[in-house]
Amino acid sequence: MDRMPGWADAILVPLISLLLAAFLSALVIIGIGESPVAAFKLMVEGALMRSAGWGYTLYYATNFIFTGLAVAVAFHARMFNIGGEGQAMIGGLGVALVCLYIPWPHWSLALLGSAVGASLFGAAWALIPAYLQAKRGSHIVITTIMFNFIAAALLNYVLVNVLRPVGAMDPATAKFPDATHLPTFQDMFSTAAAPMFRGAPANVTFFLAVIACVLVWLLIWRTRLGYEIRALGHSEPAARYAGISPVRTVVIAMLISGGLAGLMSVNTTQGEAERLILNSIEGAGFIGIAVALMGRNHPLGVFLAAILFGFLYQGGAELALWTTIPRELIVVIQALVILFTGALDNMVRMPLERIFLSLRRRKS
Amino acid sequence: MDLMTVLQVLDSTVRLATPLLLACLAGLFSERAGIFDIGLEGKMLAAAFFSAAVASLTGSVWLGLSAGIGASLVLSGIHGLASITFRGNQLISGVAINFLAAGMTVLIAEDWFSQGGRTPSLIAGGRFDGITLPFAEALRDLPVIGPIYYELISGHSILVYVGFLTVPLTWWILFRTRFGLRLRAVGENPAAVDTAGVSVVGLRFAAVAICGVLCGIAGAYLATGLQAGFVKDMTAGRGFIALAALIFAKWRPWYALYSCLLFGLLQAVALRYQSIEVGGLVIPVQFMDALPYILTVVILAGFVGKAIPPRAGGEPYVKER
Amino acid sequence: MVDVTTGGRPDQAASTAPAIELKGISKAFGPVQANKDIAIRVMPGTIHGIIGENGAGKSTLMSILYGFYKADAGEVFIHGRKTEIPDSQAAISAGIGMVFQHFKLVENFSVLENVILGAEDGPLLRPSLAKARGVLKQLAAEYELNVDPDALIQNLSVGHQQRVEILKSLYRQADILILDEPTGVLTPAEADHLFRILDNLRREGKTIILITHKLREIMEITDTVSVMRRGEMTATVKTAETDPAELAELMVGRKVLLRVDKTAATPGKNVLEVRDLRVKDDKGIVRLKGIDLDVHAGEIVGIAGVSGNGQSELLEVLGGYADGTGQITLNGQPLDLTGKHSDGQSRRARGIAHVPEDRQREGLIMNYFAWENAAFGYHRDPKYQSGLLMNHRAMIEDTERKIEKFDVRPPNAHLTAKNFSGGNQQKIVVAREIERDPDLLLVGQPTRGVDIGAIEFIHQQIVALRDQGKAVLLVSVELDEILSLSDRIVVMFDGEIMGYGPAETANQVGLGCLMAGLGGTDTEAMQGWTISDAASAEPVDPSKSLIEAVDEKLHEKEAREARKNG
Repeated sequence: MDRMPGWADAILVPLISLLLAAFLSALVIIGIGESPVAAFKLMVEGALMRSAGWGYTLYYATNFIFTGLAVAVAFHARMFNIGGEGQAMIGGLGVALVCLYIPWPHWSLALLGSAVGASLFGAAWALIPAYLQAKRGSHIVITTIMFNFIAAALLNYVLVNVLRPVGAMDPATAKFPDATHLPTFQDMFSTAAAPMFRGAPANVTFFLAVIACVLVWLLIWRTRLGYEIRALGHSEPAARYAGISPVRTVVIAMLISGGLAGLMSVNTTQGEAERLILNSIEGAGFIGIAVALMGRNHPLGVFLAAILFGFLYQGGAELALWTTIPRELIVVIQALVILFTGALDNMVRMPLERIFLSLRRRKS
Repeated sequence: MDLMTVLQVLDSTVRLATPLLLACLAGLFSERAGIFDIGLEGKMLAAAFFSAAVASLTGSVWLGLSAGIGASLVLSGIHGLASITFRGNQLISGVAINFLAAGMTVLIAEDWFSQGGRTPSLIAGGRFDGITLPFAEALRDLPVIGPIYYELISGHSILVYVGFLTVPLTWWILFRTRFGLRLRAVGENPAAVDTAGVSVVGLRFAAVAICGVLCGIAGAYLATGLQAGFVKDMTAGRGFIALAALIFAKWRPWYALYSCLLFGLLQAVALRYQSIEVGGLVIPVQFMDALPYILTVVILAGFVGKAIPPRAGGEPYVKER
Repeated sequence: MVDVTTGGRPDQAASTAPAIELKGISKAFGPVQANKDIAIRVMPGTIHGIIGENGAGKSTLMSILYGFYKADAGEVFIHGRKTEIPDSQAAISAGIGMVFQHFKLVENFSVLENVILGAEDGPLLRPSLAKARGVLKQLAAEYELNVDPDALIQNLSVGHQQRVEILKSLYRQADILILDEPTGVLTPAEADHLFRILDNLRREGKTIILITHKLREIMEITDTVSVMRRGEMTATVKTAETDPAELAELMVGRKVLLRVDKTAATPGKNVLEVRDLRVKDDKGIVRLKGIDLDVHAGEIVGIAGVSGNGQSELLEVLGGYADGTGQITLNGQPLDLTGKHSDGQSRRARGIAHVPEDRQREGLIMNYFAWENAAFGYHRDPKYQSGLLMNHRAMIEDTERKIEKFDVRPPNAHLTAKNFSGGNQQKIVVAREIERDPDLLLVGQPTRGVDIGAIEFIHQQIVALRDQGKAVLLVSVELDEILSLSDRIVVMFDGEIMGYGPAETANQVGLGCLMAGLGGTDTEAMQGWTISDAASAEPVDPSKSLIEAVDEKLHEKEAREARKNG
């Protein structure tokens, strides 16, 4: 029996969880001697009240949309892909190779090329854990954690020993050719009279992320593959009964997931840094978990949650700039969101179910 | 390589293996009771910070240790609340705990010490010093045995010895006591424990609490034994290596000792040498860093013996109708 | 613990207080009233049966007695004393022991460890284990409860695992023993042995409550019986003063046909031909050891056997989700047993439909809407596609038609599967499979957890399909269902076929022997039956009882599996 209506499950539960997380975050801010109201104002001011603020917010959101979708697609196949971080790192390697070694005539083609490179590399990094899970039952959470560390070591090796230009000190590739430069929001929306998004890193990749949302929605709820992925996620014995190959479906879902995670590197590597650096992911792979949990694994939810986290990130940076609150506040908020929307879900759900049940009984 | 070099590497292996071992045994108690814990890293980190902070503020390393254990227990409590009481997803809870620790430690460190997310360096009294075992000085000059005893076995801080003694203790508790029997049973089939009139919730909370205590000691050792103070993210993935070691050990105490020593050795070698040449082939240091993880994946893949986790692991217990 | 019952005989019982008495027990789960004002009195030293359909509230009542649920209202008296049972610990100390339908044993623990779990004598294990070893020996002698104390549970047969459960209760000095559907997993001979054990226990003054939906068991062993229907206790009678027909009527609330109405079969050509089919599972244990089987058009072949003797694997291979070796042909054309063309999709394309044994785990996606489920397995059919996307409208219209034809209630294609009752869930599965007009229908446990009304409907549909000249292969652990629905019966034991023959000449005793892998005179009495060498090679030693022979056979099987596992 459904204990409560669908809308309550989809909207009310995450909303209350979010409020709880916000409340505790406010307590943390009070605890370190700052005012949560002032902090919130500053965050809104810095992230949403100026176009440059939006430029940063949407830049971060772009990353989180990709990693959030990556986690969500895997969740539908009941795979907890905690390896978005590593897949995005290796995806960055794909972007770098495509941008450095192929002479692109125009940025649009370069974008296409790097998107293919990023998703192929990201997917490849998800392939081994996916295969081991599907074929040999190795727990995907553990293997993807391990692959995050292996990816970090691999990237470190490649940057230090292979791709670093001669004479350079820091572990990074050379700067990408100008032809691969992606138009930023500033390039696209500024007019001589009204400069917009000045200096902000948001770029054309954001629209790629929006397209990815639509495609993922179609994939999961409108295609045969999505039907099979969800079926497998709900019950593996049922999938086998129906002639849906668990191995094939898990591997495909994880490849899509890894590819999506890899795509975020187009934004950070080609869109922003314009070279591959060691720490370009900055935990976005993990934030994808929070985003997917909050967004209830639905692309629209992921999109909204990613914007929220983009706002938190940009707002957090503003806080660190103007107050004594360190950027790590965002990590705490992120932890609380994951805790309440993911792990403590039942704490919110159980009382709500009881309320709806008693309401229903009163009605009848 | 002469004996001294070997001894120095092994000595550093022992030091580096200790936090892994304590965290690994912590995970063993939790997972044997059916609660997966990928939050070992976070608990160690929180313990490292609070032990260093309190030791630095009070000058007492023992108060520091207690604070570290306390902090780790709080996080264990959250994990228990989420995964036992509210039957949430244990993996997601573990992820949240890791982030909570990563964020809160820096936040509080900034608030208390304003040193860029560090604690002040600990001085004597705020650290665990090495203990010279009896006769170490006297036996020092004996050939072979002398240096082994003096360099390798003697001279570690008390927490190292605690860590190594925890191995037989864990084995004894698990396989020779009533508590151990029930703990293993609740990780295999909680319904059997429940119908036998024993509280599943109580047992699992006990296991999670033991996990908290051991992670607390592990974290305190990092900040007050291995190093002198807390720095941001100082666990540097050790919680995950411990998790890897636990799988490598197939959830058994003695195997846990061996796998932690192996992974400690890898760390010690990577720390000492930038690259190693084996038969003309240069092994980069990054490979050494990644080796514990690679080995764990190989084990998980079941190519070298199969690692079978406790049967009820990761599943919240719901009474069946 | 109260100890008034020891030695209490049924004849003396009248003078003492009831061993257990319930008054006005009620329990609701949300809107569902699972128990309503239940009252029972069970005298010490007697066996009391509780009979009712699935979902009548029997298990809920027992869970309340064992402290799993708290009753909303009502009182429990143990030996005349009002007793609160807030948890299992309280139930145990009140002297109640419970043998659940699904055993509560730790698979990789030894028998001894399972027995002492929760009843240890001190913080250290060694003394407890030593004591338990002695007690077990004594109990084995007293009640014919033999099990190797050092064997791991995972290597024991289900019958022996059940003995461990009984031993657990006795070790805790239970004097009231509740058994929930204890014979569902047993061969008839094992069940007989269980009943002998229960008889011994009764003689020693223990009180036993037997929950079952099998009328025969009630008639065979109980002293008194209560009937439950829709959460209410409809009657309590002395077993000697009632008969099965009356009980069935009390159970269902109306007169029921105990046999399926069908005409004689007119078998046509051979549709399914299985030769030397062998299957190994993931652990390398051989589950099917060379099966030969034919199913003709227009006949229902029933596979009888205790669950876990290879029937599931047979269905899985035929349904396309387990690999095997051997030859299978369908309408004369070979079927692939491994590789790409051996999956469920290929089987469906060849005209094999399959109603799986477990509809909630396999047959349906419980979180999918009825319209998504009604295409499950056939979702790649071109009629459900439009371009790259799926044609949801076609799927919904299709479902609404099936819902009407199969009288699924509530008739709403937009409800998720979990919102339908067991019977209606099964109707969705049966509708989906039968409406594909298959050449061969595989049916596993078609009426498990299904109310009687739906059972009749589903049986009629299966017979109707047969009458259209289709082949049906039925697997069921309910011997009654096999006997009433099949035209021919095949008995399986330990991955082999023990015998086969026409349904008309089969009888319960003969089938029971075959289900335990034994030949002998009872099986030979069934006319027209072929008994395989595997069964008849070991005729029953006249010096041993049938039960002992069955036990021996099962021990052999356990030893084999222990070797393979070990």
